[in-house]
Amino acid sequence: MATKESSFLNMAITLLVITVLSGITLAYVNQLTLEPKELSKRAKKMDALSEVLPTFDNSPLEDMYKLAIGDTQDSLEFFPAYFQDELVGIAVTSFSTAGYSGDVRLMIGFFPDGTIHKISVLEQKETPGLGTKMTEPKFLHQFYGKNPESYTLNVKKNGGDVDAITAATISSVAFCDAVHLAYNVFINNPDAVTGATEKK
Amino acid sequence: MNQFKNFTKGLIKENPVFVLLLGMCPVLGVTSSAINGMGMGLATAFVLVMSNMAIALIKNVIPDKVRIPAFVVVIASFVTVVEMVMEGFLPDLYNQLGLFIPLIVVNCLILGRAEAFASKNNVISSFFDGLGMGLGFTLGLVVLGATREILGAGTIFNVPFVGEDANTLLLFVLPPGAFIALGYLIAGINQLKKVNN
Repeated sequence: MATKESSFLNMAITLLVITVLSGITLAYVNQLTLEPKELSKRAKKMDALSEVLPTFDNSPLEDMYKLAIGDTQDSLEFFPAYFQDELVGIAVTSFSTAGYSGDVRLMIGFFPDGTIHKISVLEQKETPGLGTKMTEPKFLHQFYGKNPESYTLNVKKNGGDVDAITAATISSVAFCDAVHLAYNVFINNPDAVTGATEKK
Repeated sequence: MNQFKNFTKGLIKENPVFVLLLGMCPVLGVTSSAINGMGMGLATAFVLVMSNMAIALIKNVIPDKVRIPAFVVVIASFVTVVEMVMEGFLPDLYNQLGLFIPLIVVNCLILGRAEAFASKNNVISSFFDGLGMGLGFTLGLVVLGATREILGAGTIFNVPFVGEDANTLLLFVLPPGAFIALGYLIAGINQLKKVNN
């Protein structure tokens, strides 16, 4: 096939040239795609924010702050929504690592009193036709208007108030866990969430 | 072999999925829906065409003994480019296909065509070979994906055609169903071939 002799020098030089060219090309394409990647991540967050929050006139993305999860190093992102200088809602991005096939990431829109407004699924890798049903209104709408203070965030099988997706209990529980985590951080930091944050 | 035959052989007679049985890992792994199969197929087709042409171009300057590592670096570079572009411009598809995009590198179809064809033919022929094989691969993925999606989820390209609470054969969107569906499809195609001859 090749007309070039397989001497040590030839082999070494050929591989060197190919890998250097490959490295340069990849670095270049990486540069090109860095911004689009950032933009699409932001766009996705903006879409989710508009979906889960009541009408607002600030920029929740820019007013974002983080609150620590208990005593751990991890934190959740909080996006406050104001309308005419009044706090109308807070969106929280939360997650659960207990999904059937990986992490489940949600954005939950809370009213200032902790009642759930709407939820948007940011990321999930659950089984198509089963766990993926968590993105459907039939599953999501049961959470809307509920306050986790009186609404137990677990599936009915485990003593909670949530109707699990048929044959997708693990996905449903992971979803509940993510909402529960968001609510816990929300409710344990009342000053940070409602009072102390002044609109700039 | 004229270019038309070069191109069409990958579509039916030597279809990578149903006849050559190459690249079975992604075939079974991403075909839980037709659209995923199509996305994966097109990404693979792109890499296949580009790598076939690149390898046909440089085949004469690569010493025989290092041809495999050289091919793999070329293929891996194209796959990484596809991955970066998908992440930036097609994030939903990128998230759906997940780990399988980098796995395109080890898809035996690509290395197989590089070794069996591109390293022994000119750029134009390699282009048509890659295009035919790539589209044939996509066709196979879409057929399998559609089969699994129709039987297992009651939708086609995410458009439902059964009622909301209808019972579907869930097994088909799960791994065992992939094997079963593929097996029956191959058997069916072999039967058709027998009848045609």
